[in-house]
Formats: sequence, structure tokens, C-alpha cells
Amino acid sequence: MTRKRNALLLLLAPISLILGIFFLIPLGIVVVYSFLEPGLYGGVEWTWYPYNYGRILGWPLNDYEEFDPIYLAIFATSLKYAFLTVLFSLLICYPAAFWVSRRSARWKGFVLFLITLPFFTSLLIRIYAWLLLLRPTGFINAGLEYLSLISQPLDLLFSGFAVVLGMVYIFTPFMFLPIYANVEKLDYSLIRASQDLGANPAQTFFRIILPLTAPGMIAGSIIVFIPALGNFIVPAFLGGAKVQMTGNLIERSFLQSRDWPFGSALALLIMASVVLVLMVQTIRAGRKQAGDAA
Amino acid sequence: MDFLQIVSASKHYQTPEGPPVKALDGVTIDVKNNEFLTLLGPSGCGKTTLLKCIAGFEDLDSGDLILGGKSLRDVPAHRRPFNTVFQNYALFPHMTVIQNVGYGLDVAGVAKAERDRRVGEALELVGLAGFGGRRPSQLSGGQQQRVALARSLVLKPKVLLLDEPLSALDRKMREAMQIELKTLQHAVGITFVFVTHDQEEALAMSDRIAVLSQGRLQQLDTPTGIYDRPANGFVANFVGTSNLFVGTITARNGESVTLETANGRQLRATGNRFQIGDQVRLVLRPEHLKILAPGEGPDRDGSVIQGRIKETVFVGSTIQVHADVGFGRTVILLHPHDNRNAQREIAPGAEVRIGYAAESAHLIAVADD
Repeated sequence: MTRKRNALLLLLAPISLILGIFFLIPLGIVVVYSFLEPGLYGGVEWTWYPYNYGRILGWPLNDYEEFDPIYLAIFATSLKYAFLTVLFSLLICYPAAFWVSRRSARWKGFVLFLITLPFFTSLLIRIYAWLLLLRPTGFINAGLEYLSLISQPLDLLFSGFAVVLGMVYIFTPFMFLPIYANVEKLDYSLIRASQDLGANPAQTFFRIILPLTAPGMIAGSIIVFIPALGNFIVPAFLGGAKVQMTGNLIERSFLQSRDWPFGSALALLIMASVVLVLMVQTIRAGRKQAGDAA
Repeated sequence: MDFLQIVSASKHYQTPEGPPVKALDGVTIDVKNNEFLTLLGPSGCGKTTLLKCIAGFEDLDSGDLILGGKSLRDVPAHRRPFNTVFQNYALFPHMTVIQNVGYGLDVAGVAKAERDRRVGEALELVGLAGFGGRRPSQLSGGQQQRVALARSLVLKPKVLLLDEPLSALDRKMREAMQIELKTLQHAVGITFVFVTHDQEEALAMSDRIAVLSQGRLQQLDTPTGIYDRPANGFVANFVGTSNLFVGTITARNGESVTLETANGRQLRATGNRFQIGDQVRLVLRPEHLKILAPGEGPDRDGSVIQGRIKETVFVGSTIQVHADVGFGRTVILLHPHDNRNAQREIAPGAEVRIGYAAESAHLIAVADD
């Protein structure tokens, strides 16, 4: 019995060490720092200082400041862009998954390879490529001008559009794979049965296909939403100074304004939002499972 | 009056390897109202393709489907007054039994009170009242089968299409469901078109059987007609067990004919379709063959075949006897099992005389194959 337990401990030691050293301890540091006063040149003063959170909410720190929810507004922008990213990647991946799932095995393998292909290149390079495509003298503007569709270059770069486009581009594979796994399992005889029972295509879609493929869509949406909400690299490159997301704010707090506690508090805000989303989903899934078992 | 006419239905599939395969080749069947019609054949014979074409899941290349005088070729599956019971039942896993059975009524916009009443009636009909709140995954195979039936019957289709619905059930359950399906068909008065590869199932349940092979209709007849008067060698072999002899007619005297096989065997039969010199196939069912007692002659104008018993298989009420009758041929016959008389003479190795009555020998033209 003890031998069995020792073996188990030994097998779980690597993951415990990695999670402990590189995840739990840093997380603890971030939590503690978020309640401390910022040091003058970075670092922290060891005094109780809950105002980091007040600042996020726009609370005035002293008499000279006014209530200004700018950080909440940035957070709202992040939420909006994350939602848009989820929405557009869903719209792209859902029909594509159906198409791929009906191909031959060889085609499927090839398409899945194509979908994972971007991972072979550095993310930074791929984002940089979008910079070259979208800038006023870039490929897209030059092409449109050549075709005489526009006379002035469009303001594509450094906009919400560019940020959402970039994030949709990065996260599409993450949306595609769970949806595909779900759609692939979908029993087409159910669709036939629905037709056979007199349902028109729309009824078949909303009553049969959608409910049966919802788990894949939900999983994909969560996997995309989480990194999109805290994303910093895409808004940094493609959003420029115009588009701020919470990720950029965190980066600035740590590296430029040297306000570690404020950055920590912002990081925890993102984390709390993500945990909230996951909790809602877990409860929902649990309820559904209980309903299935009943 | 003809009810549903299948008129020279043809359909082919493109195979990745090369030439197209003819799944249906000019099949014509007039389906009668309220009949239990079975499409019988080995896998790949086109029976399921025909069912899919009737349901509207597949289109015919040529030919037509006519219901009550109107062509169905441009009517999509969801507008055809047919419903299908699928081989794997295809119950909606995310819905309860009631939701499954009520699905067709819901999408048709039937008012709730009527919908509930009809769903209740349908579940009652298949003996599943009280199971309405369960999910398909919580039901046994037989129960799922009944839900699938109720889900289709609740819509009162003109034709119920059944795609090998019993193949997933175990033997006992399958036999029980065969009787139940037949009773159900009588009770609801709906035409059933039933697909199976199981000839016993087809014989047990059908009003008429359409035997298909390689996309062609081989024979359309009642179960006794198919069994007693197979139209060709394929049907004779596929339905039941047959002993076949090929030969040329050498003598004819009214109904009574004699044929001679290539090995010089003389065999008698009755029939008036053939002339002297015709090549024919003689079909003998195992139950029509009899082991003769010493000195006993064959029944009514029949013939005797000499043989030696190779193997006996005890199947309960009868003993299946495999006898070597020379020239490398084996004949299968059924000998009644009787624990009172001595069975000594039908042990392997015993020399026997096998006799049959001329009228039990069925003749098929060789050219019909």
C-alpha cells in the first residue's frame, strides 16, 4: 500500500514542482504585491495599500484627482475586443469545421496540418507581417489603389479593426480544433432523421445540429476568450497608441511606470474575470450532466 | 389501385477505384396500400439505396416514384409523407423520449394539447407509457427501437420505411419484435417497407417480398411464392436452402418431365413451361427430400437419388442430413427427428436412397439467371 503511494508521489512530483515553483509561488507574490505601496523606482514598499484596486475602479487617490474610470473603460474595451474575436473566429470556424469533417481522411489530415502550420513560425513575426500588410503603404492599400478602388490609403493599422483582425488570425486554430472534434463526432443520421420527421433545414439546424455542437463551440470560445482578454502583443503592434487593452496597461505598469502593485492588481482583475467565466461554464456543464443522469 | 409505384428506378455510385457501380438497375415495384413489403437481399444489393431514394435522402438517376398518381422526384425528404426507422434508430440524444416522439409534431407546429395527446398514444402503442422522461441513453436497445417506431408512427405517414431495424437486437428480442412489428402494422394500417438481409425475417413478417441482387429486382412475390417457386437460381439459393441440379429436358408427358444432368442423372419433375431440349435448373428443398426405407419407392412419380451420409446435424425438431450423391455433389435434406424409432440408418457412412415427389421439384429456366 505504501509502496503504491510512494510511486504515486514520485510520479506526481515533477508536475507538483513545476506548478508550485512557476505558478503558485509567483501567483502568491502577485496577490501580495497588489496590496502593497509602489516603490519609487519599481519594487514595493511593505505597507498596506489597497488603493491599487481603488485606482482600477477610478476612485480618486487624493483631493487633486477626480473620479475617472479610465482603467475600467480600457477593461471594457478589452472585453469588447475579446468578445468580437470570439464571435468572428466562431463564424469562421463553425462552417469550416463542417466542411472539413465531410472530406476524405487524406483531405482532413492535410487541412488539419494547414491549420497548425502557423505555429511553426514565431508569433511575433506573424504579427509583424500583418503590420506590413495593413500599413498605409502596405500590400492591402497598394493593391486596392492599384485596382483604383480607393484614391487615399485606408487607415487600417492602429485601429480596433486591426487588433480584432490580428487576434482572430492568431486564435482561429484554437477555436477550430474543439469545434472540429465535436462536429466530427456528429451523427449525420440524426440530421437525416430530423429531415425525415418533417423539419426544414432551419429547424434541423436550430433544434438538432446547434445543441449537439454547442459543447465544442463553448470550449473553443473559452479557449479563445481567455488569452484574447489579456492579450498584449497584438494591441501593442497593431493597435498602436490608439488602442489600449488591459494587457498593454499591465505591461506599462511593470516596465514603464514601474508601478508593480498596480500591474499586479490589473493582472488579478483579468484572472478573476477568466475564473468567473470558467466557473459559470463548469456549473452549467455540471448541471447539464446532472440533468442527463436524472 | 396502385399506391406507391417505383418505376424503373436506377442509381449508380462513383467509386474512387474506377467504374461506377450500379446500385439500382431498373427496379419496378408497385407497392400496395397497407401491405408489409420487404426488400430482401445480400449487402450491396441496392435495397438500402432504394429505401433512401424512397425516403428522399438520395435522388434517382432515372426512373420515377409515384404516390397517388403524383411524381415525388422534386419533393424533398422533409415534405414526403414517409417516415423512416433507422438502423441505428438515430434518436436525438439531447432530448427525452417525449421530446423525441413529439419532434415531428413540434416542427409541424401542432398545438400543444394535441401534440401531448398524440405522443401519449404513440408511446402507449409501442408499450413505453411511463418512459417519457428518460433519455435515449437510459433505454435498452429494444426500448430505443420502440421509441424510433413511435417517433415515426406518431406522424401517421403514408408509408413507414424500416432500414434493418432489428439487426442490432439479440435473437430472442428480434423474434419478439418481428411479431410485434407485424401486429403493429395490422393495428395502424400503414404500409411498411422493410429492408433486411435476413431471409427468415422476411419470410416471417412480409405480405410480399421483393428479392434484390446487384441492383436488380429478382422476384416479387408472397413469402410462400418466393420459397416454393423461386424465379431463378439466386432466389432459390438466397431464400432458404436449395439443392440445385442443372440438366436438359429429355422427355415430356403432359405435366410430367424428365431431365438428364451432365453426369447422366435422370430426374423427374412437373411443369408445362418447358420443352424437350430446354436447359433447366431443378430446385429441391431439403424438407421435400426423404430417406426411403428399403424397398420403398419415391412418392408420386418422383425420382430416387443414391447417396452416402457424410454428416448429420441435429437441429431439434429435425436432423439435417448432408449426403454425398456422387460426382462431388452434396445434397442437404431434413429428416424428422423421432426418439422412438431407431436412428441407426442415418449415421455418417450409411448408404441411403433419397426420394422426392415430382410435384415438389421446381424448375427454373437457366436463361433466367
